[in-house]
Formats: sequence, C-alpha cells, structure tokens
Amino acid sequence: MAADVSLFQIFMDGVFIKNFLIIQFLGLCSFVGVTKDTKSAAGMSGAVIFVMTLAATVSFLIYNFVLVPLKLEFLDLISFIVVIAALVQLVEFVVRKNVPSLYRSLGIYLPLITTNCAVLGVVLLNVLNEYSFIQSVVFGVSAGIGYALVMLMMSGIRERTTLVNVPSSMRGLPHAFLIATMLSMAFVNYFGVIPL
Amino acid sequence: MDPLSEFIRGITKDNPIFGLVLGLCPTLAVTTSIDNAIGMSAGTAFVLICSNLMISGLRKQIPASVRLPIFILIIATFVSIVKMVMEAYFPPMYAALGVFIPLIVVNCIIIGRAEAYANKNNMFYSLIDALGSSAGFLLVLVLIGGIRELLGTGGLAIFGTQLVSIPINPITFMILSPGAFLTIGILMAIVNHRRAKKLARGG
Repeated sequence: MAADVSLFQIFMDGVFIKNFLIIQFLGLCSFVGVTKDTKSAAGMSGAVIFVMTLAATVSFLIYNFVLVPLKLEFLDLISFIVVIAALVQLVEFVVRKNVPSLYRSLGIYLPLITTNCAVLGVVLLNVLNEYSFIQSVVFGVSAGIGYALVMLMMSGIRERTTLVNVPSSMRGLPHAFLIATMLSMAFVNYFGVIPL
Repeated sequence: MDPLSEFIRGITKDNPIFGLVLGLCPTLAVTTSIDNAIGMSAGTAFVLICSNLMISGLRKQIPASVRLPIFILIIATFVSIVKMVMEAYFPPMYAALGVFIPLIVVNCIIIGRAEAYANKNNMFYSLIDALGSSAGFLLVLVLIGGIRELLGTGGLAIFGTQLVSIPINPITFMILSPGAFLTIGILMAIVNHRRAKKLARGG
C-alpha cells in the first residue's frame, strides 16, 4: 500500500515534515527534561538514533515473520514493548563492554529510552503505514535524525537563554514551552509548505 | 488518610500535568478539540484504574527486582483492550487519536502511579488515587482542548452539539502544534504564579 512512497520522501517526512518532537509530540519528556545543556542532549540523541534504527529493524522482522504468520497481530503492542526493552538492555551491555567511553557519556539516558514514546511511536507508525523493510529502516533512521536535530537546537537555545532575566513565574518549563512554540512555528511554516 | 483528600490531591497538588509534569505527549498531541481530549482521558482513565487495582492487588506477589517489566506487561494488556474496544465501537475517535491510543503504554502517568502509589497501598486507596489522577488529567486535557478549539475554530462543540461560538477569525495556528506549546506554556506560568503567591502568603 505504501510501496509507492519514495525513500527520499520518507526521509524528509521523518526529519522535518513530520518531526517527532515538535510536530507529532512524541518523546516530549526527554525534550523538556534533558535539553538544559547541549552535552546531555547530544548523548540522548545519539542513544535514540541508535535504538530507534534497531527497533524499527527488529520489530519489522518480528511483526512480519512471527506475528503475522501465526495470526497474533493483536499481540503487537505487548511484543513491541518487550522487544524495545530487551533491545535497550542489549545495547547497554554491548556498549558497556566494547565502548566504555560512550557508555559513560550516555549514562542514565540509555535505560530511559525504554519509556520514550518516540521509539515505540516509530515502530507503531511503521506498522500503521504498512512500510516495507527498507522503508521502515529509513523511517527509523530519519526519525532519529529529526529528533537529534530538534534536541540540539532546543538545548542550544536554552543554554544561551539561561542568564536571561525572565519573570519568576515563567522560569523553567513555561519558558521552555515558549521557546518550543517558536521552534515549532518555524517547522510548521518552512517545512509544511514544501511540496514533495 | 481520608479518601476524599486523596482524591482531591490527584487534581491539585499531584495533578499529572501541572504538578508532576508527566504524560506531556498525549496532553499536547490530542488536544486539538474537546472531543479528542475526552476520548483520550477516558482511555487513559480506564488503563490507570485497572492497572492500579491489579498492581495493588498483586503487590505482595510481585518480586521487587522484576516489578517494572511486570507493571509494563499489565499496562500493555489493558491498553490492548482499550485499543481493540475503541477500534471496534468508536472508529472515528480511534482514527482521530491514532497512534496515541497504543502509546498509552509508555505514558509516564500510569507507570508513575503504579510505582509511586499502587505498589505501596491497598486496593481501595489505589482506586481512589487512580480516580483522582484521572480526574486531574481529564480536567487539564479538556481545558487545553477547549482553549485550542475555541480560538482555533471560533466555537466549541461536544460530540456534534454546538455549545458556544465567538465572532472571531479562527486562528488556525492554535490547532497546529505551536498552539499546543503556547497554551501549555501560558497555563503552566499561571499555575506557577498562583503557587508562588500562595507560598508568599505562607499557605
């Protein structure tokens, strides 16, 4: 059904037009939680790109080669969440064993990805849009890149506005949400009008 | 602990959105209209109440070291039920809420209440806690949905019945994603302001 969608369009959709954070509102907890400085935002983004790509790949295989042949599609949600949790755990083991420096810089963000709705969102949208294997993987990668892009932009802006004198009741989250308003206005207006 | 104050606590001090700042994704994504806000809170309330009851009932049997995977499995089961019921009986609502119904699984409110409350208290109080949190969630969602629908379309309608209409040019911006961020930012600033005033009075 979605076979005629070009890979380039899926990529642009994932990065800009249907950006996960500020157009579709997936993964907002980390968006307001870990964007206080660029370093942790970058660490979180790296981990999310990694897990998202893997989750899109593995869950496609599980859905199409295990659940569909066995007529167990109604178990999709339960199996996806278990797959993501297992995957995060696996990634944590591998990274800790092989790349200790990366493990230290990612810190607690790795286990937190299990409950990040952006990752489960990619998997569910892949099933919903009936993407093929290649399309699913491309969508996973591009959604991760879009996530990283917005996280870095947001944390850059928040770092530069830490010393700004805002009214006391606006400090913290309200301030972050108003910055997000501007960012998402830019995304809606610039990327919403490009015909693809 | 008296049940009434436990219930009120979920709406005021421990309000999922303004107090604990949990579950932001559905709050912003589905509040384009009051209808969607009510549908989403109904789904979340069902899952929250059932999972709180079940986890509280099983809290002595669940080993502490593997409690989180068990919580997630229990929650995922109830979410699957909500998803199938909504798909079968309310297809327009299901289409409007889209991917956010299955995403109730990773809604921090539910696992947060399970871990912070249902895991430690008996079934009666867990039920009261779930009802309170659901009521708080519903109120905030309806408030945000109402503001966005009123400004974005120039009127309010609940399930097809027109309630109010105001003579303004609809601000489409409010229905799109920037409007959601703007609304919640301003509401949160108002809540902070009131809280600071109350603190200054010594309350």
